[in-house]
Amino acid sequence: MTTFEIALSVLGWLFILSGSFFAIVGAFGIWRFPDFWSRLHAASITDSAGVILLLVGMAIEAGLGLVTVKLVIIGVFLFITGPTATHAVANAALVSGLRPHEAPGLTGAEPDYQSDPDDS
Amino acid sequence: MRTIFTAVFLFALWLLMSGIYKPMIVGFGAVSVVLIMVVTRRMDAADGDRVQLDLKPLALIGYLAWLLVEIAKANWAVTRIVLSPKMPIRQHLFKVPFSQKTDLAQVLFANSITLTPGTISVESGPNDFLVHALAYCAEDNLALAEMDRHVSLTERRVTT
Repeated sequence: MTTFEIALSVLGWLFILSGSFFAIVGAFGIWRFPDFWSRLHAASITDSAGVILLLVGMAIEAGLGLVTVKLVIIGVFLFITGPTATHAVANAALVSGLRPHEAPGLTGAEPDYQSDPDDS
Repeated sequence: MRTIFTAVFLFALWLLMSGIYKPMIVGFGAVSVVLIMVVTRRMDAADGDRVQLDLKPLALIGYLAWLLVEIAKANWAVTRIVLSPKMPIRQHLFKVPFSQKTDLAQVLFANSITLTPGTISVESGPNDFLVHALAYCAEDNLALAEMDRHVSLTERRVTT
């Protein structure tokens, strides 16, 4: 193993470890936060930082090849489906009448439009 | 032309995903491509619904790089909230106007809002999104207005 390869491997592991850290922080947040709306935000840490760092780390470890191509495709897929799924869950909560616990001194905006749950 | 391009793209995807180049497996790939082409052709005849990609490719790549930095910053902010003993949550539901004309650019903006931790797009109206923030402060409006400008830059001008 050349020095360059060792450095690359260390870099890959740094990415994987930091990705794992954010995934655990996200899980910890889901457990710690008080209600549905805030928990969605904790889950999105795992969704974004966790996924991106883990995929980049794995791509560095795998090197250039078919595995990296697959990792990139997985990344693109999660980049589109992750927020879409979060939005679907949040929207379902809003439509069924759940409102966040507003901070003191703030009033939440009410939707003056409402998408029909049966539509789309 | 479009048909040939789609077939080549699908077959390249198969070859990249499978990684096994025995005649039988590649044959399966070819059969799948033909099957998909037949099915999509029938579906196209049924509704003819197409997605228009009215985005500038280079501007989009620049935008994604910018978004990645924003995601990193937002992740760090929310991580600090999760780990801080006091847990300073200020939940708020507020409206964010958007300036994009095309559906796809609006989707890009809404998904970008959700992808950055700390804000989630909850509902869309004719001129604005309803956004939920975990730790709301007045600067959030400015930050989202800036994101709105960045998304609009990737949009191809539609002649009206």
